Amino acid sequence: MELTTFWFAVIAFLWTGYFVLEGFDFGVGLLAPVLSRDEAERKQVLGTIGPVWDGNEVWLITAVGAMFAAFPAWYAGLLSEFYLPITLVLVGLIVRGVGLEWRGKVHHASDRVWCDLAVMVGSGLPAFLWGAVFADLLHNSAFAALVGGVFSLSVCVLHGAVFVALKTSGPVHARARRTAMATSALALPAAVVALSGIPSARTAVADWTASPWLWACALAAMAALAAGVALTWRGRDGWAFTATASSIALGAVALFGALWPAPLPGLTVADAASGPYTLGVLTWIGLIALPFVLGYQGWTYWVFRKRLVAEVS
Amino acid sequence: MDALDLARWQFGVTTVYHFLFVPLTIGLGVFVAGLQTAWHRTGKEHYLRLTKFFGKLFLINFAMGVVTGIVQEFQFGMNWSEYSVFVGDVFGAPLALEALLAFFLESTFLGLWIFGWDKLPKRIHLATIWAAVIGSNLSAYFILAANAWMKHPVGYEVVDGKARMTDLWAVLTNSTALAQVPHVVGAAFVVAGGFVLAVCGYRILQERRADPDRTRPMRRGATDMWRTPMRAALVMTAIAGAVVAGSGDMSAKLLHEQQPMKLAAAEGLRHDTAGAPFSPVPGVKVPMLLSFLATGDPQAVVHGTEDLQARFTQQFGPADYRPNLPVVFWSFRVMIVFGMSTVGLSVLGLWLTRRRRGKQAPPRETPSWLARVCVLALPLPTVAMISGWLLSEIGRQPWTVQGELLTAASVSPGVSLGEVAVSLAVFTALYGALALAEAVLLVRHVKAGPEPVPARRPETPSSSGGRDGGSAEDATARLQPTLMY
Repeated sequence: MELTTFWFAVIAFLWTGYFVLEGFDFGVGLLAPVLSRDEAERKQVLGTIGPVWDGNEVWLITAVGAMFAAFPAWYAGLLSEFYLPITLVLVGLIVRGVGLEWRGKVHHASDRVWCDLAVMVGSGLPAFLWGAVFADLLHNSAFAALVGGVFSLSVCVLHGAVFVALKTSGPVHARARRTAMATSALALPAAVVALSGIPSARTAVADWTASPWLWACALAAMAALAAGVALTWRGRDGWAFTATASSIALGAVALFGALWPAPLPGLTVADAASGPYTLGVLTWIGLIALPFVLGYQGWTYWVFRKRLVAEVS
Repeated sequence: MDALDLARWQFGVTTVYHFLFVPLTIGLGVFVAGLQTAWHRTGKEHYLRLTKFFGKLFLINFAMGVVTGIVQEFQFGMNWSEYSVFVGDVFGAPLALEALLAFFLESTFLGLWIFGWDKLPKRIHLATIWAAVIGSNLSAYFILAANAWMKHPVGYEVVDGKARMTDLWAVLTNSTALAQVPHVVGAAFVVAGGFVLAVCGYRILQERRADPDRTRPMRRGATDMWRTPMRAALVMTAIAGAVVAGSGDMSAKLLHEQQPMKLAAAEGLRHDTAGAPFSPVPGVKVPMLLSFLATGDPQAVVHGTEDLQARFTQQFGPADYRPNLPVVFWSFRVMIVFGMSTVGLSVLGLWLTRRRRGKQAPPRETPSWLARVCVLALPLPTVAMISGWLLSEIGRQPWTVQGELLTAASVSPGVSLGEVAVSLAVFTALYGALALAEAVLLVRHVKAGPEPVPARRPETPSSSGGRDGGSAEDATARLQPTLMY
């Protein structure tokens, strides 16, 4: 494979990892007040992402850093074009990170309320805005941005609820399952509209044969999301999470498939790309380092694999 | 005021603010890892209490470093898209490597450390904090290599109006970077040392105030608890100070070759001068010192701002190639005076708290006035650090990439004044509020002091060292995890 294509795929992979992993972080952050009735349960819910959310966020940092290095014009164009939404994403990530880190360290319950609010707002803003930004990029319309935002927000909530169901036991577990079912009422229709918008962004719907792979991914993403809901209903927490994660991954693959070969209007991947030397040397370093990163991140999930219970105080 | 001015202000505000937290992450992380290592090796309970106490302060600060760092990576593309397109091929690589090789390591292993107290074998748990701090220090190297390239671009060629990297190794071993990394990382350890000194000083004073006659043995024991971290921080600050001074000297010599305008501005030297003097304050001149510092030869010619301006105009076309002279001049002096006074304090402290002769003699108590000075000196190293950055980055103006790209040509053309104004206002307000919150949080935790460690079975270091793998349950019984899981 030619290096420019390869690096586009690498960046798509990094964004996909980010959406799958931070997707449930955002959902958990938004749902924490809904799923918990007291402080012990709140800790239980947020504890599911406690050890991993910061590492998950680095997928974004790496994706954006890789864009900067491999496709400077794409990086610069995307961030300066969506200036104010990106500013709000940053505000969200700032207050969420601080809220998550500080809530265990404040001394008064009233300060914890501020932290919870920061986590909620800071999870909701990026969860909505990433969908809105990419939908606007595809369709260049405010309505599409709204649909895209509602889609990504609701899917994050669903994905987060499924994750909490997988990682907890007791009353929180039951509540998380019910919340996942309830959220699906919004997430599934939003997914149908937003995901079918991805392949149809470049070619008319009637002309679906022009992009069969995009349609396959988009339809598979819808099916996987529906399967996630059904599996949650059946109480198969692990499979349900696999399904929602796959759905987000398939949706992201479809998105980046639609962005190929012009990730910004009027800018092709080839025009945006760095030189072959930079791409080549980064390829070698990336190929050596990435297995280690995946290995130790995977190990973290293994260390914290047990379901959490609410602490009896 | 146009979008360029605001974009520059925004970069200044967000970067200086980010760098209030980064040095503590770099230096304090190593300090905490050292304390935990001491606990691991000796089994002494007060090391564990100190690890958790300073660990908490570290984490409160770490969060701020992380979240403000995200803004750094994004704002090149947001406000400086022309710059990003010009440099991305070269400058983007260390940023991507920083994320891939350093940030993943730092954040993943810190998560394991925070939540792994009762989940991991003791030795593995100790390894996680070391992995995290290695990540922090590695990230400093990559970002400083990227920054050094702006001042002294190497390993590239310009093709079609864009910089193209030709040699990554040259970028990563840029002489400017090799001088700058020890200088900045060393300064980070001075900042962290000064922070620990202030905390220890405060705790010593607080505990003496609670027990003025120092009669209760418990209390005396508590005061003695601070001797170890205090001495460790004094040693750390003194050694780091020597590194900062040495690498600063290297940097001055590189400035002479690579960025003569910055050097001239730092001294306020207007014309090329042989045997140039150095003025610690305006009006006082030490003859030939600047020439000596810049080249090692007291008679050498050091360039002056006006002569350089004439030369640059000839070379690059008409423009003002001088940075803001008073800011560069004064930030240079503030950096040296504030930084070196912190290091001086550490040397003085080491002398005053030195051990008495004879093994049985009790150690010298920290004089109360010294503890007070340590508290008051808290801002000094940070002010020095910020001044150093102002000298370095304002002194680089009007270039973003020395000799290649002007700051005025770097800004995003499509971003309006209003957009930059909104984001500048949002970040400034948010950062101000968070700074206040962090300060309150840190002060509260310092006032509360270390938490007692729950009673546990007596244990000798050798037995704990040998049974690491199987002691997970013991660890659960012994330790209260920071959070539940």
